[in-house]
Amino acid sequence: MDAIILQILNGLDKGSAYALIALGLTLIFGTLGVVNFAHGALFMIGAFCAVTLSKIFNLSYEVIDESQTDFLGNPLKVKTPYVESWFGPELGGAIIDWAVPLAILFSIPIMIAIGFIMERGLIKHFYKRPHADQILVTFGLAIVLQEIIKYFYGANPIPTPAPEALTGSFDFGAFLGFQANAVIYPYWRLVYFAFAAVIIGGVFAFLQFTTFGMVVRAGMADRETVGLLGINIDRRFTIMFGIAAAVAGLAGVMYAPINSPNYHMGMDFLVLSFVVVVVGGMGSLPGAVLAGFLLGILESFASMNEIKSIFPGIDQIIIYLVAIIILLTRPRGLMGRKGVMED
Amino acid sequence: MFGLDKKDTTLLIIVAALTLAAPFLLNPFPTDSAMAQFNAGYPDLMQRFVIFGIFAIGFNILFGLTGYLSFGHAAFLGVGSYSAVWMFKLLSMNVLPAILLSVVVAGVFALLIGFVSLRRSGIYFSILTLAFAQMSFNLAYSVLTPITNGETGLQLTLDDPRVLGSSSTADGSIPVTNLFGAEMRATYEMVVGPWNFQFNTGYYLSAILMLLSFYLAIRIFRSPFGMMLRAVKSNQTRMNYTGLNSRPYTLAAFVISGMYAGLAGGLMASMDPLAGAERMQWTASGEVVLMTILGGAGTLIGPVLGAGFIKYFENIFSKINEGILHSWFSFMPDGLEDTLIALVYPFIGKGWHLTLGILFMLVVIFLPGGLVEGGQRIGRLFRRKKSGQETDKSTQSTPAE
Repeated sequence: MDAIILQILNGLDKGSAYALIALGLTLIFGTLGVVNFAHGALFMIGAFCAVTLSKIFNLSYEVIDESQTDFLGNPLKVKTPYVESWFGPELGGAIIDWAVPLAILFSIPIMIAIGFIMERGLIKHFYKRPHADQILVTFGLAIVLQEIIKYFYGANPIPTPAPEALTGSFDFGAFLGFQANAVIYPYWRLVYFAFAAVIIGGVFAFLQFTTFGMVVRAGMADRETVGLLGINIDRRFTIMFGIAAAVAGLAGVMYAPINSPNYHMGMDFLVLSFVVVVVGGMGSLPGAVLAGFLLGILESFASMNEIKSIFPGIDQIIIYLVAIIILLTRPRGLMGRKGVMED
Repeated sequence: MFGLDKKDTTLLIIVAALTLAAPFLLNPFPTDSAMAQFNAGYPDLMQRFVIFGIFAIGFNILFGLTGYLSFGHAAFLGVGSYSAVWMFKLLSMNVLPAILLSVVVAGVFALLIGFVSLRRSGIYFSILTLAFAQMSFNLAYSVLTPITNGETGLQLTLDDPRVLGSSSTADGSIPVTNLFGAEMRATYEMVVGPWNFQFNTGYYLSAILMLLSFYLAIRIFRSPFGMMLRAVKSNQTRMNYTGLNSRPYTLAAFVISGMYAGLAGGLMASMDPLAGAERMQWTASGEVVLMTILGGAGTLIGPVLGAGFIKYFENIFSKINEGILHSWFSFMPDGLEDTLIALVYPFIGKGWHLTLGILFMLVVIFLPGGLVEGGQRIGRLFRRKKSGQETDKSTQSTPAE
C-alpha cells in the first residue's frame, strides 16, 4: 500500500510538469490551430528566468574585511551581495534564499512578452500555411532559443536550489498512519504539485467564468462566427498565446530546483508533452491535464523494481507504448473532440 | 540514357561528375595557405557528405513526395548501423554483406513501424514516428544492451568470431573494413605542387552507392508510382474517393526511405565500425529534416545539396575560433574590430547551431522551396535582365491553375 502511494506521489511532480506544458500546447493548438514545437523552449526559458533572478540576487561586491584574516595574516576579501547590503543581512538573505519563488513574479511579464512577440512576429504569418510548415518553423525557433540560452549560460546544468525552508522531506507514512519513514516525499515536489494544481485551476476558471474566457471558448468552437459578431478574436487569441507561454514558463520556473536547468531540458519535455497532448486528445484541455498526470504516474509505476523485473526496460518506453496503443485504438485520444485535426 | 529523359540525364551526369571529382573540387586552396581551413576535401568529411546525401534522398522520397513528415527517421539509420557492426563482428570485415544486411533490417523495421504509423496522417503521423524512434533509442540505450552495448556503443573487439574472416590480424589488432580486400580507410594522396588531393576508397564506395540511390530516386520520381505518391500529397481524400487505396503506396514509400536510411547507416558503420544509440535520437531525425527542407523538399537535387551544405558549414564554422576572426579583421581599427568580432562570435564555433537554426527559419519563412528554389529565383532574375520584354509576355501568358 505504501509503495503504491509512494509511486503515485512520485508520478505527480513529473505529471504536473507534463500537464502544464500540455495545457499550454493545447491552448495554443485549440485557439490558433498551430502546432508549437517551440513550447518546450518556453518551458526552458522559464527555468532560466529562475536561474537569472538568483544570479541577479547573488551579484556582489568585494570588501576587505579587516576583522577576518587568512592563515598568512592578510585581511580576507569578503563578497557581499548587493541585496544584502541594501536590505540588511536578514531580509537580504531571505530574498536570495527565496529567489525561485520570487522568480514567478519576475517571469510572468517576460514570458507574456515573449509569447506576444512570437505570435505577432512569427506565428501570425503561418496560420494559412500547412501544419508541416508550422512544425518546421517552430522547430527552427526552438533550436534558436535553445542556442541563445546556451550561448549566455553555457552547456552545463546550473543548480538552482529551492528555499531553505522547503528543502526537507515530508514523512507521508507517519501522516497517513503507516510506519514512519516508509513514504518520504520532498516538500518542494509537494509545492510543485500544489502550484500546478493552482495554475491549472486558474486557467480553467479563467476560461469558464470570465467573459473573456467565454469569448475565447466561443472562438475555439467557431472562430469565423465570433469574428462576424464584431469581436476582435485575433487579439484575444494573441493574449491566450501569451498566457500559454506564461504557463509553460511558470512550469519551468518551479521545475528549476527539481532538475538543474540546462539548455536542452525543453526538448526532452517537449517530446513527451506532445505524446501527452495526443493521448489526451488534440484540442481538449481536460484531456491534456488528465493525460499528463496519468502518464506521469504510469511512468513512475513502471520504474518500480517489481515491474521492471517482469518487463525489463518498461519504464523507458511505457509512455510511448501507451501513446501508440491509444492512437491506434482511440485515434482522437482520451477526450478528443470530433473534427480537430482530422484531415 | 538509362531510361531517363534528357534533362534528368544531364542532372545525373552533372551530379556524377561533381561527386567523382570531389577530391579536386573540394580542395581548391593550397595546403599551407590561410584559406586551407575552407578545404573540405579530406576523406572523413567527404564520406559524410555522400552518406548524409543518401539519408536525405531517402527521406525526401517520403516527405517530398507524399508530404508525410516523419520525425523518427534516424531510428532506421541507427538500426542499419547496428546490423552492419554485428555483421563485422560475426561474419567478416567485408562491407558488402554488412551493407546488404543493414538495408534489409532497416527495411523490415520500417515495414513494422510504417504499418502502424501510417494508419494516421498529419501531425499524428509525425508524433507516432517520433514516439517509435524515441522508444527505439531508449531501448537501445537501456534494455537492449546485450545487442547494442548501451551507452558505450557497439564496437569491434579482438575476440569476435568473424566466421569468414579472422578475429585479429597478424600483429594482433582488429582488422579493418574492406571490400574484397580494398580497405575502406585506404587513401591515395596525390601531391600537385602545393596541393594535396586525397582519394579514399571508402569515399568512392559511398559515392557510387549515392549515385545509384540518386538514380533510383529519379526513376521513382518519374514513375507512375511517384505520381501516385504526389497524388497523396496534393489530395489524399480525392485519391481515396476515386477508388484508390493510398495505404500501399505510402507504406512502400516509407519502407523505401527506411531502406535508404539503413544504407546510410550501414555505410557509416563501414567507414568507422562502431554504432551508438545517439544516432537514433530525435535530434538526429531533426537533422535530416533540416537537410531536406534547407535543400528543397520534393526536388531531386535539393536533399543532396542540403546535406552537403549543412555538413560543410558545420565542419568549417565550428573550426573558426576567436583567434582566426582576429586575424581576418586585423586590418580594421581596433574598436571596430572588437565590436565586429563580438557581433560575429556567437554565430561561429560552438554557435554553429544558432546559425543553422536562424538559417532554417529564414528558409521556411521566405523560401519554402529551399536552396533549389533560391537558385531558380536567381536564375530567373538573370534571364529576365537579358531579354527584358520577352519574358514579361511569357509570364503574362502563364495559364492559371
